Amino acid sequence: MDPDSWLLGGLVYLGAAVIAVPVAKFLGLGSIIGYLGAGILIGPWGLKLVTDPKDMLHFAEFGVVLMLFLVGLELEPQRLWSLRKPIFGWGSLQLFGSAALLAAAAMAFGLDWRLAVVASFGLALSSTAIGLGVLAERNLMATSSGEGVLSVSLLQDIAAIPILALLPFLAVAAGTSDGGGWLGAAKAIGTIAIVILGGRLLLRPALRWVAKSDSPEIFTAASLLLVVASAALMDRVGLSMALGAFLAGVLLAESEYRRELETDIEPFKGLLLGLFFIAVGMSIDFAVVRERPFVIAAVVAGFLVVKAAVLWAMARAMPVPKPERPVFVILLAQGGEFGFVVFQTAAQAGVITAPVSSLLVAAVAISMLLTPLLLVAADRWLIPLLAGSKKARLAEISEPQHARVIIAGSGRYGQIVGRMLFANGITPTILDHDAEAIEGLRRFGWRAFYGDATRLDLMRTAGAAEASLLVLAIDDIEQSVDVARMVRENFPALTIVARARNVQHFYELHELGVAFIERETFDSALMSARSALEHLGWQPHQARNLALRFRRYNIAQLHQMAPHRKDEAKLMAAARQGRQQLEELFALERQQAAERQARAGWSAGAEPPATSGSS
Amino acid sequence: MAEPIPPASAPPGVAGAEVLVLVAHPELEQSRVNSRLLRDARALQAGDATRRYDVRDLYALYPDYLIDVAAEQQALAAARLVVWQQPVHWYGMPPLLKLWLDDVLAFGWAYGPGGTALRGKDLWLVATTGGPEDSYRPDSYNRYFFDAFLPPYEQTAALCGMRFLPPLLLHGAHKASDAEIANHAGAYTARLADYPRWPELAEVAECIACDVPLTARPMENLAEEAA
Repeated sequence: MDPDSWLLGGLVYLGAAVIAVPVAKFLGLGSIIGYLGAGILIGPWGLKLVTDPKDMLHFAEFGVVLMLFLVGLELEPQRLWSLRKPIFGWGSLQLFGSAALLAAAAMAFGLDWRLAVVASFGLALSSTAIGLGVLAERNLMATSSGEGVLSVSLLQDIAAIPILALLPFLAVAAGTSDGGGWLGAAKAIGTIAIVILGGRLLLRPALRWVAKSDSPEIFTAASLLLVVASAALMDRVGLSMALGAFLAGVLLAESEYRRELETDIEPFKGLLLGLFFIAVGMSIDFAVVRERPFVIAAVVAGFLVVKAAVLWAMARAMPVPKPERPVFVILLAQGGEFGFVVFQTAAQAGVITAPVSSLLVAAVAISMLLTPLLLVAADRWLIPLLAGSKKARLAEISEPQHARVIIAGSGRYGQIVGRMLFANGITPTILDHDAEAIEGLRRFGWRAFYGDATRLDLMRTAGAAEASLLVLAIDDIEQSVDVARMVRENFPALTIVARARNVQHFYELHELGVAFIERETFDSALMSARSALEHLGWQPHQARNLALRFRRYNIAQLHQMAPHRKDEAKLMAAARQGRQQLEELFALERQQAAERQARAGWSAGAEPPATSGSS
Repeated sequence: MAEPIPPASAPPGVAGAEVLVLVAHPELEQSRVNSRLLRDARALQAGDATRRYDVRDLYALYPDYLIDVAAEQQALAAARLVVWQQPVHWYGMPPLLKLWLDDVLAFGWAYGPGGTALRGKDLWLVATTGGPEDSYRPDSYNRYFFDAFLPPYEQTAALCGMRFLPPLLLHGAHKASDAEIANHAGAYTARLADYPRWPELAEVAECIACDVPLTARPMENLAEEAA
């Protein structure tokens, strides 16, 4: 690349991404498909702006490396250790199960066994970039399907190395082993040990030293250096770069620099990953596709179905909750970037022919292109269906409930209210729309049901007509207000105890006549204020009194301001005035206390002021 | 000092009520006598159109022990008869009633210079004890006649310029039969209804004047006041 083409390349890549990704997002297709589309568009089969995507693919693979570093950062060593069973158990099952089935199918079609083995392993690998990328985009990392995808991806990263190492042995003409296998393994293990030990002992002090220099760009450089170094080290001994970066991430997951590292690396990861997907889009060889469209379609459909079947069986056995299963299956069913490498290596080693290799590469690339489309389809049709069938199964609330208390929303808030009631011998009827949460609650003996509390018929079945209390703990403000309105209209005798997310929410509930409303963070913040005062030298009991009085004053203010709640300016003015009044009151009390002390001839104690009680 | 805080959490009392009943029982759910007395006093209040009664259940009003001093002083100001209805716990009053004293009966308001807000009112103690009457004897486990535990009450009234009326007591409340409790409650509400036409009121001496000289207390701090 000459300097001009470098600049031009940047222009093309960035321009394509900036146009294609927002369009794809606007169409509800997600950013990955936008990148892939941009790649096809500018690639050799589109506008021919870029003709040789191989280099770019190689460079952009670093995006995957950075992503695994970030994944590692989120995973403390203990959590990784607790994942060892899913990684080696479920991960191996996916890889070897899919590979075995694929190979059997291939041989049933009369393919040579060597080709069958290479193709099946290459196709059994999934795209870490897509899998983890989508998990991050959808915030699914913490779900059981997310953990499943991560486990399988990690195992594949580990397994790709021996697969690549063993490929040459399949070649008919390959010479005998050079005996470097053991040495290589020893080297690899030694390097991992070095990374772990070095990471434990050196990384943190080194980062601390860099951080002391107090120049943010050097810290960013150090972060990148860290990833590049660990990746290069691993690459050197024939291990996966991504695996090295992942290990480095895990080692730093507990360090104080975790957040900084994350924010530093994140933009690089995003851009490089985008570049990677663009490169994948560019490398789809449409000549092969045009030549043998039916073969490719058959290969893609065939291996997707086989892998999906294995994954679906795994999802049932793990178990992954039903509505999450489509995502789990789709994210691991496609072929992946390691597949490219496997086929290229195999072609170089003469195990498979070049045309077969590009056919398989095209199949993998197309499956990667299909993944986001399948996800969109699943979102539209399959998941609602599954969630629906789940609802029907869980919401056998056809049997009317008669508990004295109904709790709508069993999240952090509703759960504490519920536990307190439960501890006092009251078993409330719980309504929630999170199927997983409901199953968890049921295991502990709660009467939890799937259901949308905004629906009148459902609330009636839940016993709203006879219950004496509704705890409205839904975190969605709009829904919460909807429920309150519906209940006030249809069950006026039902008292509502409500959680308010913020002041406006408070007012909306207040206007609907909700009797008991608590702002969700107000009291915990007051407790912190108490701790703060205590730490600053106030007597604990005085801090308590001050906090309680502040609370009473604040609530009185809130009620006073209720009529102005739609008039922003008035609201602000009233709030300011209220704050001032309270500050003046407390200041006056401090002054009076000081005067009393002075009159009593006490040595003027400086801080903290000792005011009397509330009189 | 009057609080500028509007009575949002402070319960709106009965403005201008002549009879103010302050009930203090920390475990009302386990009470037989005091809960009955409270209920009957409430019924009396509900059945009275002249707004003569104001019954305030302190533990229900201030479960967090944050007394609304302004609201309480306002309720006191209009009353002629102040009733403290309480169980006797550890020979004295329940903690919230004591806190009520500490907070509400402020220097310069209830006593001391300018502290004339309560002068001339009547204070009536309506109390129950767990121990039977004969346990309050020198030869029994309470070792003193019950009268020996009353001086703090009497003197509190006196310092504020209030008359301390003869208390209404029910000893052995745990073992009281339903009939006894009903009797007692009947006597209680009859008294509330009849006030101030009680025959014995004529015999109660006018309250003693206890003027606190200015020099006696450089401190307004209520905590020091207990001594």
